[in-house]
Amino acid sequence: MLKKTLFFAAMSVAVLAAGPSVAADYPERDVTYIVPFNAGGESDVTARMQEEPFKAVTGKGFVMQYKPGAGGAAAWSQLNGLQDDGYTIMGINLPHLFLQPMSGKVGYKTDDITVVNVFQLTPHALLVNVDSPIKTLDDYIAQAKQTPGAITVAGTGSNSANQVAQLTFDQGAGITTTYIPFTGTAATTAALLGNQVSAQWGFTTVAVAQGDKVRMLGVALEERHPLFPDVPTFKEKGINLVGGAHRGVAVPKGTPEETREAISSVFSKVNQNPDFQKKMAEAGFILINVDYAGMDEFMSGLGKEYTEVGKALGLVN
Amino acid sequence: MTIFENFLHALTPLNLLLAVGGVVAGTIVGALPGLTATMAVAVLTPLTFTMAPDSAMIGLGAIYTGAIYGGCYSAILVNTPGTPSAIATTFDGFPMAKRGDGDLALTLANLSSVFGGLVGALGLLLLAPPLAQVALAFGPVEYFWLAVLGLTLVAGLSHGSLLKGLIGCAIGLLISMVGTAVVGGDPRYTFGSPLLLGGINIVVALIGLFCIPVLIDLVASPSAHLRLSGEVRGYRLREAASLAWAGKSNLLRSSVIGTVIGILPAAGGAIASLIAYGEARRASGKPGDFGKGEPGGIIASESANNAIVGGGFIPTLTLGIPGTPADAIILGALLVHGVRTGPNLFSDQSSIVYTFMFGLLLATLLMLPIGLVLGRYAYKSIIAVPKTVLAPAIALMTVIGTYALHNSIGEVWLMLGLGVLGWVLSRADVPPAPIVLGVVLGPIAEQGFVQAWLIGQATGDLPGMFFGRPISLAIIAAALLVLFYPALAQRWRRRRSAQ
Repeated sequence: MLKKTLFFAAMSVAVLAAGPSVAADYPERDVTYIVPFNAGGESDVTARMQEEPFKAVTGKGFVMQYKPGAGGAAAWSQLNGLQDDGYTIMGINLPHLFLQPMSGKVGYKTDDITVVNVFQLTPHALLVNVDSPIKTLDDYIAQAKQTPGAITVAGTGSNSANQVAQLTFDQGAGITTTYIPFTGTAATTAALLGNQVSAQWGFTTVAVAQGDKVRMLGVALEERHPLFPDVPTFKEKGINLVGGAHRGVAVPKGTPEETREAISSVFSKVNQNPDFQKKMAEAGFILINVDYAGMDEFMSGLGKEYTEVGKALGLVN
Repeated sequence: MTIFENFLHALTPLNLLLAVGGVVAGTIVGALPGLTATMAVAVLTPLTFTMAPDSAMIGLGAIYTGAIYGGCYSAILVNTPGTPSAIATTFDGFPMAKRGDGDLALTLANLSSVFGGLVGALGLLLLAPPLAQVALAFGPVEYFWLAVLGLTLVAGLSHGSLLKGLIGCAIGLLISMVGTAVVGGDPRYTFGSPLLLGGINIVVALIGLFCIPVLIDLVASPSAHLRLSGEVRGYRLREAASLAWAGKSNLLRSSVIGTVIGILPAAGGAIASLIAYGEARRASGKPGDFGKGEPGGIIASESANNAIVGGGFIPTLTLGIPGTPADAIILGALLVHGVRTGPNLFSDQSSIVYTFMFGLLLATLLMLPIGLVLGRYAYKSIIAVPKTVLAPAIALMTVIGTYALHNSIGEVWLMLGLGVLGWVLSRADVPPAPIVLGVVLGPIAEQGFVQAWLIGQATGDLPGMFFGRPISLAIIAAALLVLFYPALAQRWRRRRSAQ
């Protein structure tokens, strides 16, 4: 018994002494990964898929936690109060981090969140039911011009990535459509498949999951999506809508610089795993690589874009 | 593989073990208030990543069905639904337990759950593709009318004073409005607090409104928690079976309601059991007995909520659209396994699907003996534990259960606050059931209404949107029937006796 106590005392002294250089061999134990959405959502699926390559890179795993609420704000507003030793990380989503603080008091500001790595982009996609008379993007624009506001478009949530896409597209194309917010991708997609709405603003992942039940009219990428070589980009049609929802990880603001870098480099390495790359591509995700060093530039660039979007949504003056 | 081989595959020792283990683990987790079926599935999902996809699905399906069933234990024994889908079980389950029939209530709940589970699983096995169309036929306006139909139940839930029931329901609707509005995104009644931004979680409201008043009464009154019947009477299986047989039309109707509502992605187990309860009460010859320990209430609620398990898997497997939140987690787990559900699953990977369906049937059947034994154990320990231990144990459970939801101490305070409010209101004869009815149905009614309004306006046919769709009209008719049937029935009876 005494021996054990002595052993632990010695251990803790050793740990204390080793404190500052913790980043060198990060991580030494499993990392708590908080997903600010319900289990089973895309953020959760991504994290679960990351776990295997994460284990391959570090030899350690994730302890998953879910803190859903207020479209992620319930979790992000708590982030800086969590333990800042690098063993608590939280998934983040963009444009949520930009738009939520604009829309009111959500308990955090965009600058409060220390994002260390952004690893994925889910491109916006405009979808219709396969039975829809709207066959192409040109049909869609033509019909919207003929009967302004009569096209109903489902999307997930208000002031969300989907609504941003609807608004940006409509401005670019000079059309008016009616946005109908739903809760969750399941209800949104059910509304499209059941012809309750004329179209859906979603992501390429929805098109992959629904296969030949839906038709994708366009995708918000610079170049065509490898899984959908026949679907034009919006840019081809002269509409400047490139982007989608980004996913990444953030840490509490007290986390030391070198630990932030260590976490970022681990997630960059995860993105290099061929198996992981294949799985993500098949599901319609696009892997990108924004590490900690490039984060400031990336975030301020997007921040400017979304400030404009916020004006269009009426969130900022 | 032929269907029969798939059936045999579901019976491998590993799959059997997973089904048994899943049901036991699920039942225990489901019995603890705060730990919902969705959480049980979420927490245990990573354990299945090392298994073959079909075994993993059998394990998860067993956990899910067990957890939905387990919710009835705390509903009957401590008047607190262990999962939201057991809300309606408290209405008659707890009064039965109070008068000393807790053992009978538990056995009846077991039989009803197994029956409902079997109906749902058979619907999944035999009719999945056509039934999946129900999920698509339900648009925003149908959800709105479904919620309205649910709200008509308030008359049945307010014992004595309809006005007080309506007050309770209005309070519930107000509680459901707290947080970020889905349509529009405006923060409502949040008073600048990030805690309230996400809204008041249904589980927080359930634990607060149902459990805390029971706890306060437990401490404030000298009488025992449950009345004891002199001798130990075993499972009372024969009695329960004859009650279930007498309520066979109720059993079947509630199971069908549960299966169909399970298919709807935006509804869920709480609504299924509430609507089934309302229908059972309406169709019963003695609606006045409901809420006072009528076995028919337990039959309706428990068969409906277990039927949603099979029902929920119908759109999950055929459309790739999860029917319930727990299905969403299982869908995610399948994605990690590399199994893509949706339109092509039945043709490409049908052996996994059929093995899973047989596994689910098996798990549901296993629930019969497992549930009886666990239920007996739960009943014995509740009546054996002295009040001085029981009260603090339940108190601890409410706090842990609430905290476990999102690891938020703020929600624990919220739960306690609602509990005190619930106690004060119950002193004033406003029962918790109508309040919870408002909390559950408020968001669905509001969202459906606003979405239907937006779509109707965009297409220029607002009246047609609300009153021109066949399914809507059927639901409206059902709601009117619930509202006016008692008065009409009374008039008919009077006329007949006058003749």
